[in-house]
Amino acid sequence: MDIHEYQAKEILSHYGVKIAEGGLAYSPEDAIQRAREIGGHVWAVKAQIHSGARGKAGGIKICKTHDEVEAAAEQLLGKRLITHQTGPAGKVCGRLYVEAGTEIAKELYFSFLVDRSAERIVMIGSSQGGMDIEELATTNPDAITKIHIEPAVGLQDYQARQMAFALGLDAEIISHAVKTIRGCYRALRELDCSMLEINPLVVTNNNELLALDAKMGFDDNALFRQPKVSELRDKSQEDPREMAAADRGLSYVGLDGDIGCMINGAGLAMATMDMIKLAGGEPANFLDVGGGASPERTEKAFRLVLADSNVKAMLVNIFAGINRCDWIAEGVVHAVQKLDMKIPLIVRLSGTNVEEGRRIIAESGLPIITAETLAEAAEKAVKARNEAVVRGGC
Amino acid sequence: MAILINENTRIIVQGFTGKIGTFHAEDMMKYGSKVVGGVTPGKGGQKHLGLPVFNTVQEAVQATGADASIVFVPPAFAADSIMEAADAGIKYCVAITDGIPTQDMMTVKNFLLRFPPKKRMVLTGPNCAGTISPGKCMLGIMPGHIYMPGNVGIVGRSGTLGYEAASQMKALGIGVSTSVGIGGDPINGSAHQVILEKFEQDPDTKVIMMIGEIGGPQEVEAGIYAKNNMKKPVVAYIAGLTAPQGRRMGHAGAIISSAGEGAAEKVAMLKECGVTICPTPAQMGETVAKVLASCQ
Repeated sequence: MDIHEYQAKEILSHYGVKIAEGGLAYSPEDAIQRAREIGGHVWAVKAQIHSGARGKAGGIKICKTHDEVEAAAEQLLGKRLITHQTGPAGKVCGRLYVEAGTEIAKELYFSFLVDRSAERIVMIGSSQGGMDIEELATTNPDAITKIHIEPAVGLQDYQARQMAFALGLDAEIISHAVKTIRGCYRALRELDCSMLEINPLVVTNNNELLALDAKMGFDDNALFRQPKVSELRDKSQEDPREMAAADRGLSYVGLDGDIGCMINGAGLAMATMDMIKLAGGEPANFLDVGGGASPERTEKAFRLVLADSNVKAMLVNIFAGINRCDWIAEGVVHAVQKLDMKIPLIVRLSGTNVEEGRRIIAESGLPIITAETLAEAAEKAVKARNEAVVRGGC
Repeated sequence: MAILINENTRIIVQGFTGKIGTFHAEDMMKYGSKVVGGVTPGKGGQKHLGLPVFNTVQEAVQATGADASIVFVPPAFAADSIMEAADAGIKYCVAITDGIPTQDMMTVKNFLLRFPPKKRMVLTGPNCAGTISPGKCMLGIMPGHIYMPGNVGIVGRSGTLGYEAASQMKALGIGVSTSVGIGGDPINGSAHQVILEKFEQDPDTKVIMMIGEIGGPQEVEAGIYAKNNMKKPVVAYIAGLTAPQGRRMGHAGAIISSAGEGAAEKVAMLKECGVTICPTPAQMGETVAKVLASCQ
């Protein structure tokens, strides 16, 4: 789960990380009010969306008058911002963070991530802040310092000092830097954070260390023990279909194709989507219905897939282990009848009680196309989709 | 021979008396696995499915001589159960539980390192379907009947995709020495490489089918290991060709978050390591068949 910049900053400020004065605005009037409260002559008006690279997408405006603040707010609120992290659909900005302008002497990069290879938390820093770290890693890998944290004992002061010196900080602010770094680590551990990125971390003209941006991502598997973090969820930043799926205990990811999918198991789902692509089609979604697919669950899954108006054909691929093919078949027949499904449906069943499952499908009298193998299922789905498109075009 | 489990493996079930633990314990017993008891704290002394229930893994190991365990404990308590098994002298543990927090798994991995290598428990999972040595022992939740005994080792992240591979092989008359599910989480007990090492040592395994997916470095690390250290051929399929960057595809670990984690990139790197790639997931069986034929 991701949160907004202003939320991350609020959290980190409680862990000893310095941030610029700022406030949240939902309207241009709010924004002017926040600018007045903050005072000064320069403000940054920042779109709050769950994505980095907002600056490049025009999501951050530097303003020198209250009129400029108002104009910036009018422009940004409700705007769909597209960055390389949001994908082509972009994300709509519904909140602004108005922040005091900062005089920057130096921009740095700082983050904590889970290193899957080392199976530890890694602290990453670079004196070249503001840049995309992936880009920096390819163009100038030597400019990046990585320090792994031993999980049993946690981050040590010497490691924080190592990082602070690697970032090229002056001796007089090292102790503050250590406090900042330790604070970030504490937040990460206490809140089950899976990534924490401050980019840029800046040294101001007054030689202060300040988090100018902040990004935090949390481990979904740990939200059960982080109720305060769960409250920070902004549903407007998430795909409504994916949320609806999650509420129903299904795992769904919407894609751009037009062949809807319902599969059990994440690996088999990805493999089936690969097969659709290799057969010349494009999957409309990833959908894992999981283990115990009851008729109710199957119906919910059908509703989700069919709610996407792009879908021209639907493929069901179930390899029953804990599931039983006869239960799935009953669920499919029930869903097709109840939802009065109009598009072609291809069903491939395999595993436990497969004969019984196939019999139920065959005897239902419904125009369900059946397949025995994965390859056959994908080919038939693509063929049915192509025929549906031709019919639709006449 | 087989790896990790065989006809002599003595199993205890952690989370034995719960609905899921009960269901799968019965299934494993029906398959012929030697389930010797279970652990549910507070229910020690009772009988369940005709077997003794213990309060702690330590008691269970002492009383039954169990050397393997399977964990069905809910995610909030699963890491603790895994560490309890390691401390009690269990040699091999399968964690089925899905949804264990990443930081808990970091703690588990770190805890396991405290034991000297010879006494260190092998862990596979979490979020996996378990391990099966067909005809000998099933320590998992898979449909046992789709696996035929034979000479191909399977290692994979996904449960159902592993079933697909096994059934494609069975349709061609190819059997399996052991099939190991390593799970779909970002930090897991054993990486692909750990299992490849065991298959390389197993006289009954001739070819290894590795089923990977997007996200993380483990498939490529395994490929490099195979190139440098293995004589047996490795066949691989990597799922997730159509997965977009930055989106989590069901498994907690199936997300392309940096360069080299996409399916096409992993395939290219594995090819360089001399691994035979299955062009499509529908050709896992026939690709293994070709490789098997060429090494006989």
